[in-house]
Amino acid sequence: MKTFRMGGIHPKENKFSAGKKIRTAEIPKQVAIPLSHYVGSPSESVVKKGDMVKVGQMIGKANGFISANVHSSVSGKVNKIDVQLDASGYKRPAVFIDVEGDEWIETIDRSTDIKRECNLSKEEIIKKIQDAGIVGLGGATFPAHVKLSPPPGKKAEILIINAVECESYLTCDHQLMLEKGEEILVGVTIIMKALGVSKAVVGIENNKKDAIEHLTELAKSFTGIEVMPLKVRYPQGGEKQLIDAVIRRQVPSGRIPIEVGAVVQNVGTTYAIYEAVQKNKPMFERILTVTGKDAPNPGNYLVRLGVYLQNVVDQAGGVPAGTGKIVGGGPMMGRSLMNLSVPMAKGSAGVLFMKDEESVRKPIKNCIRCAKCVSVCPMGLEPYLLMTQSERNMWPEMEGNRVMDCIECGSCSYTCPSNRPLLDYIRFGKTTVGGIIRSRK
Amino acid sequence: MEKLIISPAPHIHGGDSVSKNMRNVIIALLPALLVGLYYFGLGALVVTLTAVLASVLFEYLIQKYILKGEVTITDGSAALTGLLLGLNLPSNIPAWMVVIGALIAIGLGKMSFGGLGNNPFNPALVGRVFLLISFPVEMTTWPKPTPLTLHYIDAETAATPLSVMKMHLGELPSTLNLFIGSIGGSLGEVSAVAILIGLIYLLVTKTITWHIPVSILATVFIFTGILNGVNPDLCASPVVHLFTGGLMLGAVFMATDYVTSPMNPRGMLIYGAGIGVITVVIRLFGAYPEGVSFAILIMNAFTPLINRYIKPKRFGEKVK
Repeated sequence: MKTFRMGGIHPKENKFSAGKKIRTAEIPKQVAIPLSHYVGSPSESVVKKGDMVKVGQMIGKANGFISANVHSSVSGKVNKIDVQLDASGYKRPAVFIDVEGDEWIETIDRSTDIKRECNLSKEEIIKKIQDAGIVGLGGATFPAHVKLSPPPGKKAEILIINAVECESYLTCDHQLMLEKGEEILVGVTIIMKALGVSKAVVGIENNKKDAIEHLTELAKSFTGIEVMPLKVRYPQGGEKQLIDAVIRRQVPSGRIPIEVGAVVQNVGTTYAIYEAVQKNKPMFERILTVTGKDAPNPGNYLVRLGVYLQNVVDQAGGVPAGTGKIVGGGPMMGRSLMNLSVPMAKGSAGVLFMKDEESVRKPIKNCIRCAKCVSVCPMGLEPYLLMTQSERNMWPEMEGNRVMDCIECGSCSYTCPSNRPLLDYIRFGKTTVGGIIRSRK
Repeated sequence: MEKLIISPAPHIHGGDSVSKNMRNVIIALLPALLVGLYYFGLGALVVTLTAVLASVLFEYLIQKYILKGEVTITDGSAALTGLLLGLNLPSNIPAWMVVIGALIAIGLGKMSFGGLGNNPFNPALVGRVFLLISFPVEMTTWPKPTPLTLHYIDAETAATPLSVMKMHLGELPSTLNLFIGSIGGSLGEVSAVAILIGLIYLLVTKTITWHIPVSILATVFIFTGILNGVNPDLCASPVVHLFTGGLMLGAVFMATDYVTSPMNPRGMLIYGAGIGVITVVIRLFGAYPEGVSFAILIMNAFTPLINRYIKPKRFGEKVK
């Protein structure tokens, strides 16, 4: 069974919410829909206080190439446009809406029939994806239409669907594949058409055997789609790692996947693309996994954007006693939350409750130079050295040792027997070096 | 819930620790220790116990009363240094010399550089080589392997296969005896099979990787193989070289010391090859019959240089 060829770890999977049916989360009285989704410039609000909006109506217009439209996830009245603390820990602009009813814009096809035919042209498909405000749902929230418009002179050869879900605990993609398998494969054919490629591979880690079987069966009625089981290994969901695992090509340092002829889209994004193109439905909801070792009711919820995580957690049985840390996302790359009064965003994949004793880091000891950080680094870097150089502000040396290649997967910190905060320092160094590089241009 | 902890990712840890790694190495040394106790009896027990206890005690005293800092003897590294020192000594060496060796190993080899993680040279080897230079007679007079003997200082002595080769002292032991360890030598180095069991344990528990031991052993095997082919009088067969002296113990347990060995596979292979070559050169052309300790210490000195110039294979370095 294939996997990526360099480094990697295998943390305990703890997929407590696996196989739990997607439940639709209730819509609360007020939502705060973020106008910014971490990456790229925030969209510009096109509504004002007092406006009445419907579900699916555009409320934020993309501002620049790396930016995405934002649509209302509820119907009701705009209360205010203000800053709101989001899951990334920053205060960013959001549209606050007081909910009244649940009235959708007329153009959305709300039937559950699966529509397989798509007669749109390449350009029309990309336009629809762009209009629907679709961003990558795997975590980076990069606008989907940008990846579908390769730079001039570059040609995509293969589409790779990222259905790896290599983070422990998270199951939102897994469950989506079980419940919306056919829609996802239609989405794959649409993206293939947009890219003009004849081959697509859906990469799924082998701990989701039911999803692999299900999609393999469904794929028989589609042409050019292969479902590929992958050996369970973190961070296989990293774009470069997944490409290496599936087509045995390594994207060179500082380059993008199209350089080796690949385009990668997340499986959740693929489903959103199906909905946008075939059902005219903009992106205003997604699946969220609520989980943790002591979570009373681990599960997968369909949540409208802008709903406070607190509302969803309440429906899932509340915060378990003895919770020391709440993580937005998975345990390896998620961000710890200050509180649950943060709104659901396009990149929110999970809410994870960590027990008190798991939440505190163990004391840092001397580096014993065991080289385990080097052997687990999926990018072939030397985390111990980068940390030391970051501590000493050795920015040119860090650049020379390829700090910008770091994908911040955290495998080094996870592995270190001396509990050294390797990634903390590397991330700091990477940010600084990134700034220095940009200032040169 | 009142106070949530905020910290950057990752939020989970694999559970590995310094003491776990030290414990794994100590467990891996047990077969070699047991063979030593079997063939060298009471002397082996006295020497290893003295080395371990003295090492832990000196680390404690130095950390507590000289450095006045945190005492970290529970991480097992001092005990491991002591055990490695003991296993590298003849079983009939007086205990007071062992205590001096432990003081040098811990005091000079380790603590003077700032303790665990900061020492450039393998502490146990620093202790051993100090003893070898200071007490050449005691350090090169080897007891004859006598199962479960109660003799210690007064044990009957025998030449090691390497001195047999060097000084032309007569017949070499059979390959089988070399393999199981019924030969003269330091109390932990005699049995190749016991050390190989330890190596398998270290590899299975992922405490070390194969690169250093394999590159050392392969280099010695190939190098002595060539020399043996050219002139059998100068160089014994590669099998004899592989299973004699401290080579096995050195390759598996001494050269693989985390702190003093390179930090990526390419560097490890170069380091191992260097140890192999230097060992053979000292064995065949040097004043001492055995050269593993010196070879490892010399390559320890090159480790920072190797780390600086030999980089791991980067992702995307060679696009296939």
